[in-house]
Amino acid sequence: MDEFLLWALAAGLGVAVISGPLGVFVVWLRMAYFGDTLAHSALLGVALGLLMEIDPQLSVLLLAVFMAVALLAMQYRSVLATDTLLGILAHGSLAIGLVAISFRDDVRVDLLAYLFGDILAVSNRDVLWIWLGALLSLAALAWLWRPLLNLSVHSDLAAVDGVKVQRVKLAFMLLVALVIAVAMKIVGVLLITALLIIPAAAARRFSTSPEGMAIGAMLIGVLAVVSGLLASLYLDTPAGPSIVTAATGLFVIGQLRPAS
Amino acid sequence: MTPEQLIVGRDLGVTVKGRALIQHIDLELVRGRIVTVIGPNGAGKTTLVRLALGLTRPTHGTLQRAAGTRIGYMPQRLTLPDSMPLSVRRFLALNSPPADEIDSNAAQLGVSHLLDRPIQGLSGGETQRVLLTRALLGDPDLLVLDEPVQGIDVNGQTELYQLIVRLRDERGCAVMMVSHDLHLVMAATDEVLCINQHVCCSGHPEAVSQHPAYLDLFGAMDTDTLAVYTHHHDHHHNLHGDVVEDATDAANSPAEPGRHRHG
Repeated sequence: MDEFLLWALAAGLGVAVISGPLGVFVVWLRMAYFGDTLAHSALLGVALGLLMEIDPQLSVLLLAVFMAVALLAMQYRSVLATDTLLGILAHGSLAIGLVAISFRDDVRVDLLAYLFGDILAVSNRDVLWIWLGALLSLAALAWLWRPLLNLSVHSDLAAVDGVKVQRVKLAFMLLVALVIAVAMKIVGVLLITALLIIPAAAARRFSTSPEGMAIGAMLIGVLAVVSGLLASLYLDTPAGPSIVTAATGLFVIGQLRPAS
Repeated sequence: MTPEQLIVGRDLGVTVKGRALIQHIDLELVRGRIVTVIGPNGAGKTTLVRLALGLTRPTHGTLQRAAGTRIGYMPQRLTLPDSMPLSVRRFLALNSPPADEIDSNAAQLGVSHLLDRPIQGLSGGETQRVLLTRALLGDPDLLVLDEPVQGIDVNGQTELYQLIVRLRDERGCAVMMVSHDLHLVMAATDEVLCINQHVCCSGHPEAVSQHPAYLDLFGAMDTDTLAVYTHHHDHHHNLHGDVVEDATDAANSPAEPGRHRHG
């Protein structure tokens, strides 16, 4: 097997390991659109990185964190519904990002790689960062697990039981921001949310406990990465979309199974 | 505050964006006493509950709470996402209470047979009893029950109120509950607080049921609750004995009182 494929596999697995467990909360808290918004804003992050000549990965992370905090603050001050706010931020930042990138015509920017990912181009340094980010996020998620689960069940009940709801929610949003910054290289900004929600949604059918669903989402994500990359290798299809296609296929197969 | 007092609120008011949700309300929750808050939709019952729970701060007045008060809260409904696989036992175990505490409370509330079922599959009455079971975990000093009999038929409502009285007797906790209907809750309460933004009347349940402010308010309430009110006017003089019987009739009528809340 070629070395670049091994790196791609390692990178994909690193993303799957965290996006599954994090994704179950995205599904439970109905935050798919929030994930999408952070992902879209990542392109603006790339543009800012280019303009300010800092590492795009870092600028994406900083912008995603900024967006998460801004959204949380805006939710309480705006007369607009959250999905409207998300729509403004998502498409506004995507458009501004595209415009801003066009100003740097001296730098050749592979826009498609950012939009749809370029997993076959990951370096060993990228893989290191992905796994570092993934393990860090997993540890944080394990630490947050109980309060986060409590607030997913009923946020007032959680608050009465002493969960610091706002703080936990912010921490969770920051985790999503981190994972999106890390996963952008793999599937691109337009498909990142898919890795969060599709494995989680597919795992629902097979699980009887919250923890089981998180582990199931992780396994389904791993399966999707492996089969997507194999398909990409043998059918010569784009890797990122192939992974998401595989995940979607697994979801559909799961739905065919009679409900227990 | 005396040691028996858990929450003492004076002249409480909550104003959000210039609109007063509640104003000038005194609230006192004392160990061993059941206080029932009644009032029409939008009267501020939920706001008052949130004040007691510490989820909302009063914008007016003072609210003192005894240090270290453990609160058991039973929310109006469970808005659990269907996408979360959660058994009743796991729901009760969310804050890791000892397993035998779950079992003994579940047995007392009659939900032991439900423990391994997915929580989304429970009926209205089963859900309420599971929520009450959860509120009892951790041996709370104060029980806050927001419409505890919602979605339960009238016989079940009477039964649940009796159970709440028994729990108060056994555990000596303070109880604050929200109700739509004074007559069913009457036997199960020491004090009634009838509110419509402000306190309309308060005191002993029978005194409140005769109070002109109460009659005014409830005459103005939506017609959905008519089935419950018919006996209101019929039995002014002989309340306790007639409530259950009337209620049974009401349950057989098309407008089932247990379902009078929409949404």
